[in-house]
Amino acid sequence: MIAFWILAPIMVLAALGILFVRKAVHAALLLAVVMISLAVLYASLDAPFLFAVQIIVYTGAILMLFLFVLMLVGVDASDSVVETIRGQRILAIGAGVLLGTGLVVGLGQISLGTAVGLDDANAPGNIQALADILFSRYVFAFETTSALLITAAVGAMVLAHRERLTPKARQPELAAQRVKDYAEKGTHIGPLPPPGVYARHNAVDTPALLPDGTAAPTSVSRVLIARGTIRSAPATADAIDEIEKQIGWAPHSGGSGAATPPATTDEEAPAAGDGA
Amino acid sequence: MYAFHEAGGIPVVDPSAADGVFGLLWLVIALPLAGAAVLLIGGRFTDRWGHLLGTALPIGSFAISVALFVSLLGRDDDKRQIGQHLYTWFETGHLDVGMDLLYDPLSALFLLLITGVGSLIHVYSIGYMAHDPRRRRFFGYLNLFVAAMLMLVLSENYLGLFLGWEGVGLASYLLIGFWQHKPTAAAAAKKAFVINRVGDMGLSLAIMLFFITFGSTSFTVISAGAGEASSTTVTILGLLLLLGACGKSAQFPLQAWLLDAMEGPTPVSALIHAATMVTAGVYLIVRSNFIFDLAPHAQTAVVVVAVISIFWGAWIGSSKDDIKKALAGSTMSQIGYMMLAAGLGVAGYAFAIFHLLTHGFFKANMFLGAGSVMHGMDDDVDMRHYGMVRKAMPVTYLTFGMGYLAIIGFPGFSGFWSKDKIIETALADNWLVGLCALLGAGVTGFYMTRLMLMTFFTDKRWEKGVHPHESPSVMTVPLMVLAALSVLGGVFLIGDWIVDFLAPVVGTPEHEDPPIPALAVTVLAVLVVAVGVAVAWLLVGRRDVPREAPQDVSFATRAGRNELYGNLINDTLVVNPGKHLTTALLATDKYAVDGVLTGGPVAVGALAGVARRVQNGYVRSYALSILLGAILVAAVLLAVNLR
Amino acid sequence: MNIQAYVVLSAILFTIGCVGVLTRRNAIVVFMCVELMLNASNLALVAFAKQHGNLDGQIAAFFVMVVAAAEVVVGLAIIMTIFRTRRSASVDDASLLKY
Repeated sequence: MIAFWILAPIMVLAALGILFVRKAVHAALLLAVVMISLAVLYASLDAPFLFAVQIIVYTGAILMLFLFVLMLVGVDASDSVVETIRGQRILAIGAGVLLGTGLVVGLGQISLGTAVGLDDANAPGNIQALADILFSRYVFAFETTSALLITAAVGAMVLAHRERLTPKARQPELAAQRVKDYAEKGTHIGPLPPPGVYARHNAVDTPALLPDGTAAPTSVSRVLIARGTIRSAPATADAIDEIEKQIGWAPHSGGSGAATPPATTDEEAPAAGDGA
Repeated sequence: MYAFHEAGGIPVVDPSAADGVFGLLWLVIALPLAGAAVLLIGGRFTDRWGHLLGTALPIGSFAISVALFVSLLGRDDDKRQIGQHLYTWFETGHLDVGMDLLYDPLSALFLLLITGVGSLIHVYSIGYMAHDPRRRRFFGYLNLFVAAMLMLVLSENYLGLFLGWEGVGLASYLLIGFWQHKPTAAAAAKKAFVINRVGDMGLSLAIMLFFITFGSTSFTVISAGAGEASSTTVTILGLLLLLGACGKSAQFPLQAWLLDAMEGPTPVSALIHAATMVTAGVYLIVRSNFIFDLAPHAQTAVVVVAVISIFWGAWIGSSKDDIKKALAGSTMSQIGYMMLAAGLGVAGYAFAIFHLLTHGFFKANMFLGAGSVMHGMDDDVDMRHYGMVRKAMPVTYLTFGMGYLAIIGFPGFSGFWSKDKIIETALADNWLVGLCALLGAGVTGFYMTRLMLMTFFTDKRWEKGVHPHESPSVMTVPLMVLAALSVLGGVFLIGDWIVDFLAPVVGTPEHEDPPIPALAVTVLAVLVVAVGVAVAWLLVGRRDVPREAPQDVSFATRAGRNELYGNLINDTLVVNPGKHLTTALLATDKYAVDGVLTGGPVAVGALAGVARRVQNGYVRSYALSILLGAILVAAVLLAVNLR
Repeated sequence: MNIQAYVVLSAILFTIGCVGVLTRRNAIVVFMCVELMLNASNLALVAFAKQHGNLDGQIAAFFVMVVAAAEVVVGLAIIMTIFRTRRSASVDDASLLKY
């Protein structure tokens, strides 16, 4: 029972966390906490087989599937916790409170008495006992489950499959398309510029600078721009200045000018920021 | 001499079986009926020769009619009623109606008139309708009309008569609206049909009453049993028959349709709305003489209606500028004379039929003449645009002149004999009625002279580009024949032949000395007519006729131009209240009845319109409702278990 | 040993899962909440197996896991398909089937 009293609050808190966290990834992680705790509770309830299955199937397979789909779907506005259906949240919470109270009060009213315990049932070993029942009394359900799983697998494949309507573009076609785009729309024909490479800073989230000192938007990933997590060269320069000040080293006093990027003037800082 | 009713001198209908040439009686009807069937069912396959077939068949009927007539003349007076049983029409309960034909002197004269004049008008129509793309259909309708009219006069029972009665109504409707592309023609056809229904209602009620009273609709049974019926019943029957006659014969107060009916082609106006169909009312009254002789009140009603109609029609005829409408007013007035004679009872029946025949000749003649003039004047009907047509169309002028002299009663012409006899009889019966008839003759002289002067004399007032020319001979030959008949129609009266001839049907009038000598009446009538002609000559012949109708005219003229406000009266008394009633009924149906019926569904629909908002498409909302439902079920279970 | 506390925990987790399904908009998170509810019921099943001294509860929990796995596979495939066509993983955006 000690495990229960330790894990129960954790589980409830984690479950409540699922309701409130904004990001789906966090929700998935909190769900993992609940599931692993649950696996421990299974073990404490004399169900070692389910303990293993819970860890392997639920936490290992199903939750991984969730994370995989999350990766595919990405981040969007549905993550927002702002309610859009009028009255839905209040009613949902009201109904939840009602249900929870009803269940807890109802369960509080009944006295279950002392548990019989699974010592007898698990006498040949839990897994052997389960197999005994599964392949005798529940064999039909077990076989039906196989049909269910096959159906689900086929269904998932059918749903995920996308018919190709046009022939796949190969390298010659892609090259032709690039030239065509250049001819018609003036799109840059060469490879995209690499991110900014500076003497003291070098990362994919820093845009390269064009000869006129503005940031090149194509040099950083579109996703990073959308998330707003890129750094601008002037900001980097400010940070460097701050560090230099702290370490008491003055670059202009005698150091090489190459240490300072070309676009550190205050006038051009906003333009670089806009580009980012 | 022949079978009389015990009660009075009313002859009963007691036909003998048809034999010899009379076996052909059914063919008289069957020929034009077959023509109508072939022309109307055959469709455009008969376009090329349809008018020839349509003309040949009535001529065939005419030939048979003449043969029958000659055979009839060869028989004794008491054997001149021939019945032919074709088949049992229907038999239901106590009502046993046979398709029986009755050929007697009355039918014989009508047969000659219908097939004779009808054939002439068919011939005329070949020319008149030559350029109409639907000529074949026109002849089909005309044949249908002839067949129905023959059925009307040949039937031995009222139901068969009613069949023909409705048949001519249908044909009349189809032919008035023949140029259905003209809204006025379509409206006129509808109007004629509707007003005729009022009269038909009277006739059908009379037939039902006949069945209730006598257990049959056969002339034979009714004429034999008429004496036993109560006088009230007989009077009601007489009034109902009068209502039917008023509708069909355009008598007051059901006269309004006749003038509009002139929208139809002119041969139709001549055949249906002058010579034959409109006289069916007179036929009905004369045929029902065994009823009217027993119902003096009904006879009085007939006389009153007739006198009003004489002046009503004459008034309209005096003021209309439309040549066909002026003639239509005249028709109404002349039928008033026939009705007057028929209303005078035994003394007048024969003269009613006599005037009907002569009128059939001269009015058909004049209508066809008017059609000929219109044909030459590019279908213009306004007499103010005529004038001096006699030079351009001499044959039409001469034949029309014959008709004119006949209708005003110029001594020696057919109208002179027939109208003079009616005035004479009316004077003998009641001096006031007689005086009215006399005055009517004077007005007739006035309006016919006016029409004659405005059309054939006075100065040319033709529209630009109109060059009147004489019509082709296929049109003028019927005119000549009819003109000859108009002149010679008086021969029927030689030695009171027609009175004797019709006596087996309508009875022999008691011979009483007239209060005024017959010769004096004749002279008086001629003088009155002369005054009418003179007035017309003073007012129209001596002055210039304006091309546009003057507007600053007396009330009398204005009223006459507006057909004495007959349409206004109808609209005010019947049409508008009817419209209001239907509007009210419609509103009741739409809002009250439908409201109750559709209110429920509408309420459910409105509720659903609100409730459907629940289906907002959001999965989470649905899940919430599932959860709430689950909670409810759980709560109920708990409540039940914890109780 | 009393399993009542396990059952109460199971009820609480289930309720939290319920509310999560009703309030979260990201389809994947909604799915996770469904899994949470399944796990909560599994806990109750295993606890009652102990209470009654037979293994039927554990077998049931085992089947629930199998079915949940199948469900997740198909459900995530559906989410992927919707995302592919509508560029959104929000359950509220898939609301075309309505009045």
